[in-house]
Amino acid sequence: MIVFFLRRLAYMALTMAVVSALLFLLLELTPGNVATKVLGPYSSEEQRNLWLEAHGYSEPLYERYISWLGNFISGDFGQSLRFKVPVSEVLWPRLWNTAVLGFWTFAVMIPLALVLGVLAGMNEGSALDRTISVTCIGTTSVPEFASAVFFVAIFVFWLKLLPGTSGMANGFTFQELILPVMVLVVYDFGYVARMTRASMAEVMTQPYMRTAVLKGLPYRQVILKHALRNALITPFTVITLQINWLLSGVIVVEFFFAYKGFGALILEASLNQDIFLIEACSMVAVFVAVVSQTIADLSYTYLNPRIRFA
Amino acid sequence: MTDIIQTIIPAPRMATAFKRALRSFALIRESGAGMMGVALIIFWVTIALLAPLISPFEPNATLQPFAKPGAAFAKGGTFWLGTDHIGRDILSRIFWGSRTVLFYAPVATFSAYVVGIFMGLAAGYYRGWIDEVLSFIANVILSFPVLVLYILIIATIGSSGINIILAVTFASAPGIMRIVRGLVLDLRNRDYVAAAQTRGESSWQIMLVEILPNARGPLIVDACLRLGYVIITIGVLGFLGLGLPPPDPDWGGMINETRSMALAFPHMTIFPCIAISSLILAFNLLADGLREISLRD
Repeated sequence: MIVFFLRRLAYMALTMAVVSALLFLLLELTPGNVATKVLGPYSSEEQRNLWLEAHGYSEPLYERYISWLGNFISGDFGQSLRFKVPVSEVLWPRLWNTAVLGFWTFAVMIPLALVLGVLAGMNEGSALDRTISVTCIGTTSVPEFASAVFFVAIFVFWLKLLPGTSGMANGFTFQELILPVMVLVVYDFGYVARMTRASMAEVMTQPYMRTAVLKGLPYRQVILKHALRNALITPFTVITLQINWLLSGVIVVEFFFAYKGFGALILEASLNQDIFLIEACSMVAVFVAVVSQTIADLSYTYLNPRIRFA
Repeated sequence: MTDIIQTIIPAPRMATAFKRALRSFALIRESGAGMMGVALIIFWVTIALLAPLISPFEPNATLQPFAKPGAAFAKGGTFWLGTDHIGRDILSRIFWGSRTVLFYAPVATFSAYVVGIFMGLAAGYYRGWIDEVLSFIANVILSFPVLVLYILIIATIGSSGINIILAVTFASAPGIMRIVRGLVLDLRNRDYVAAAQTRGESSWQIMLVEILPNARGPLIVDACLRLGYVIITIGVLGFLGLGLPPPDPDWGGMINETRSMALAFPHMTIFPCIAISSLILAFNLLADGLREISLRD
């Protein structure tokens, strides 16, 4: 188990190293480009060369990469060109805002998806199962920007219940968080519910379930003690992997509702060629994704003893 | 006598393939959800094909700004779904936009499949270091949150039709590769593969002729789902302003352009949203129907 754990960690580090090298190559392969982005398109050749000289860009590529990576690990992400402040000053508050959004999304989505998935899986083939399954297909078919438009039309334009933007101009309010969370939940819960359903339906056909029923246990206890414990292993992994999906989803939702989060930041950085901010944001996004994938792998192995040594 | 001849001589290949396709179509009729998907797809394909004939107006012509749905045009005709902020007829733009999405989404998905299938076949059939290298590349690409990857690629190489196809291929091929690889690892130990190896068929012939056709079931279901995702992706890129360059109608772009006016003129954004959602729904329902049928036998 410990060997497996260490191997997963080493693999994670290797992935991050390759990703960082790719990002560095993509964005900083030609120093001239970097200087143009930093100093703007109207800078003179001479200014660019001076800047490059002063910032160590005359060194060979691999040395630049190593010093860049060193700075990166020690938390020095460079200067944001758009916000004119160090990258870390914009990055961490934005990431916190997105964490708040993500927390509430998961807090609503997980119970909803699990309950629907278990109900559908318990009664496989029933009308309830078909209704839940088709509803899930329907909600996952509506992209986030479309459901955002629908919800804004209903709750803001028609019912006038909620604010249409979530800029949090007057400090944090729950009202402004409701629509973004709703959009993310509606898009996401269907997939988790369907995976839960499949897992539950499979468990229901297992021989130990028949044994439990036949030895006269109350049905409630059979479901709660025997079925759920086995059926929830897969959804747990799926939910952890959902973090990767959520990082994509928040880009659309934060852009739509003008929520000052990490997703809107990464889009803004890319559209404005804010090179150091792009690097930092992408690395953080991939780091979060890779860590959640590793946790999903490790916990799956831990929760399911049958595959521990496979 | 004719009976015997007919049983010995195999029917021409095309005819059997056609019959098989008909038979699968007959199967999909048993699934209500699948049939709804097929109907919706046929609906949108018909609209895309007939767009020049059935569009009431030119999709890019400036006619009368901010017309409400159902308003009459002074020079004749009706704006059934209203017009946008620069006076273009929304219904005509949705009709023409279906051409855009129904061209780019299948082409991009197909391109991703070609790359993914070759990578998956090679990884699953040769195994060893080829498998390890390809799997590692796939894992690295898949460790990016998918939209971050799209934004990085499009922001670097610029947004155009070709670049969207390239970006979709780059981001989707690893996922396809994983599925193909898994299927090949299972199929490569079958007897008919051993027989082909004994006959001295080349590796690629075995992969493409013996293994790939037998892996088609799960791949077709995945292709339908993936087509839905690619339509979402193209829509999202358009919505973020990274999609196809204007003025040609593109559903995501239409939503992006009129989104700031959505509170005053909801009809400008809602109808393209309904269009794109219904098309994605169609492919997801079809995938669900196909999966249901494949699980039955």
